[in-house]
Amino acid sequence: MSTILPLTLTDVAVRRRGKRLLGPVNLTLGEAGLTMIIGPNGSGKTTLLRVMHGVERLSKGHVEWSVTEDAARHRQAYVFQTPIMLRRSVADNLRYPLHLLGLPKAEVETRVGRWIARIGLEERTGLQATRLSGGEKQKLAIARALIRKPDVLFLDEPCANLDGASTREIETLLQNALAEKTRIIMTTHDLGQARRLADSALFMLHGVVHEKGSAEDFFNAPKTDELQAFFRGDIIA
Amino acid sequence: MIARVFALVSTVFLGTATLADEIRLAVTTSFENSGLADVLLPAIKEDIDLDVQLLVVGTGQALRLGRAGDVDAILVHSRAAEEAFVAEKHGTYRREIMYNDFVLIGPKDDPAGVGKARSVAEALKRVGVTKPAFVSRGDDSGTHKKEIALWRAADFDPATFAAWYREVGAGMGASLNTAAGLDAYILADRASWLNFGNKANLTLLYAGDAALFNQYAFLAVNPEKHPHVQNDLAVKLEAWLTSPRAAELINGYTINGETLFTFNAKPE
Amino acid sequence: MNDIYEGLVSAFWLVVTFDADLMEISLRSLQVSLTALVIASAIALPLGTFLAIRRFRYRRLVISLLNALMGLPPVVVGLIVYILLSRSGPFGVFGLLFTPTAMIIAQVVIITPLIASITHQAMRELWAEYHDLLISLNTSAWQRIKTLIWDGRRNLLTASLAGFGRAIGEVGAIMIVGGNIDNATRVLTTAIALETGKGDFALALALGFVLIALAIGINICIHWLSRTEREGRW
Repeated sequence: MSTILPLTLTDVAVRRRGKRLLGPVNLTLGEAGLTMIIGPNGSGKTTLLRVMHGVERLSKGHVEWSVTEDAARHRQAYVFQTPIMLRRSVADNLRYPLHLLGLPKAEVETRVGRWIARIGLEERTGLQATRLSGGEKQKLAIARALIRKPDVLFLDEPCANLDGASTREIETLLQNALAEKTRIIMTTHDLGQARRLADSALFMLHGVVHEKGSAEDFFNAPKTDELQAFFRGDIIA
Repeated sequence: MIARVFALVSTVFLGTATLADEIRLAVTTSFENSGLADVLLPAIKEDIDLDVQLLVVGTGQALRLGRAGDVDAILVHSRAAEEAFVAEKHGTYRREIMYNDFVLIGPKDDPAGVGKARSVAEALKRVGVTKPAFVSRGDDSGTHKKEIALWRAADFDPATFAAWYREVGAGMGASLNTAAGLDAYILADRASWLNFGNKANLTLLYAGDAALFNQYAFLAVNPEKHPHVQNDLAVKLEAWLTSPRAAELINGYTINGETLFTFNAKPE
Repeated sequence: MNDIYEGLVSAFWLVVTFDADLMEISLRSLQVSLTALVIASAIALPLGTFLAIRRFRYRRLVISLLNALMGLPPVVVGLIVYILLSRSGPFGVFGLLFTPTAMIIAQVVIITPLIASITHQAMRELWAEYHDLLISLNTSAWQRIKTLIWDGRRNLLTASLAGFGRAIGEVGAIMIVGGNIDNATRVLTTAIALETGKGDFALALALGFVLIALAIGINICIHWLSRTEREGRW
């Protein structure tokens, strides 16, 4: 199956009220694996993720997929740091993105049933999604993102504020998605999680990509002083 | 019972399907409060098959509705204003129907001694000198205009009165409620007073002076000025209001055994 | 206190004996206010939602205007509607003055800004919550409005009920444009004003209790009808 990748960012910059939040960034992301974006707070991780997803207005440069922008839009999904739950039942939250695509009812129900089982919410399908626990909400948000079978899944700190058990469940979901050839691009604050999941990694600092590489090189032999300091746990100003 | 409810529902929601003619008549609050309408309206319906829709407002607003052509006729009691109405060609003439009278109401202990007065001018003089709480309609109604005229006749100018004189800017009933609450003096028409349910500590202190008579007149809105008004119905109603049948009902109307109105329409 | 007791007692008797006059004016109150509610909601709900999600040049102005109109005294609305519908006014030819239609028009003018303003408030919150997700899912403007109206339906219901409460309890405007004509335009509130004027507090209070009961009844009915999901909400 063809994919919308690779993703190419050319000379991208984002400025807001005279302040540079991101850029210039020149970057190409290949077809497979999980790319982890790390960096201190305010380094531009989330902005970079939103730029790639096409929901942040660019001040400069452009973002390109291997297909047209319109075609690419339907084949990517984004999971926000704080999961956004529709004020509907668990099952209806999963149905929603499929209804938007206009899929036939039988297909919708098959996919919803499968994903409810995968995230272990069989007992709570009728429950208002806003009443789920934090971990359950995030699992549901990921399921809602993956249910459309996107080529690319973006996640912004999906495990922030979650306990170990929930984090493990979510990592399992992501590994399964990778096994099904979904391209994943995510940010994290958890260096352990970064090591566990990443195939490649980016280190953001002051709005630019400061260092990047395959997971092995990146974590075991960081080249820049700043990344070494970051791994040591120093505060980087 | 269910059939009755159903009939009501259908009447209300599907619009009133009456076959009788309908006429809109603006009347003053004091007329409505007298309860006379409850006797006259069914009789009118019976005799000439006419539904009279009453708009109960102050004299000022009644004349205003007539000027705008929003009603077919008016029944009010303020001679000067009525004559102006006719002079402006909003009505063709005024027809006197009946009169009732005004009474002075006040607290039972009567601090101003109004009850001892021999004329209404003397009664008001006593009030003007003692300055007890006095409630005035203050709404430019017929009753209000009458009250002002009575003060003037007693050599007072209400515009110069201090805080004891309270202009409430309300209808007769609301003003009586205020007077009852303040234990104040007030000028009221006899009908409103007799029908008033919340008398509290108030009582009738003075009545009977000819200056207190209150003449009601019927004015049909001029069809030349407002072509859509139902002048034929107004004429029909006027004929009934001045008939012997009306005289009998008006003169025979009593509250607690007291006659309220005196029929005085002259035959044409 | 005695008046309140008497009012309750006579309210009770009026209701249990199916007093014909009471039935008529209560039904007319409902007819006028429910009709006004349907019309006002049809205008205000989409308008409030639209104002919440669309940015346009005079948006702030429109919102300020709505909030200002919300505080408009009903008597002023009544007076303006009266002048417009009067035989000597611009719409006089329709002969609508002193009819239930005139009362409906006045009530629509009074409650539309209220419903639109509450809708806007609620929809703005919901839109802030959903904004990122709906953008990310690449929804069309129409899909967004549909989603917001559906998921915010409880708030919209609250907005509508607030409008209904204001409509059925309103007296100043409908007194002027309806004229409180017996058997034609008399409703509960104008009847209450009339009986208060006559000093018959017991009957006025009785009608007041009927009005309160009616308003509560309608609220409960609508909430009950809208309970389509088994689960409690949030």
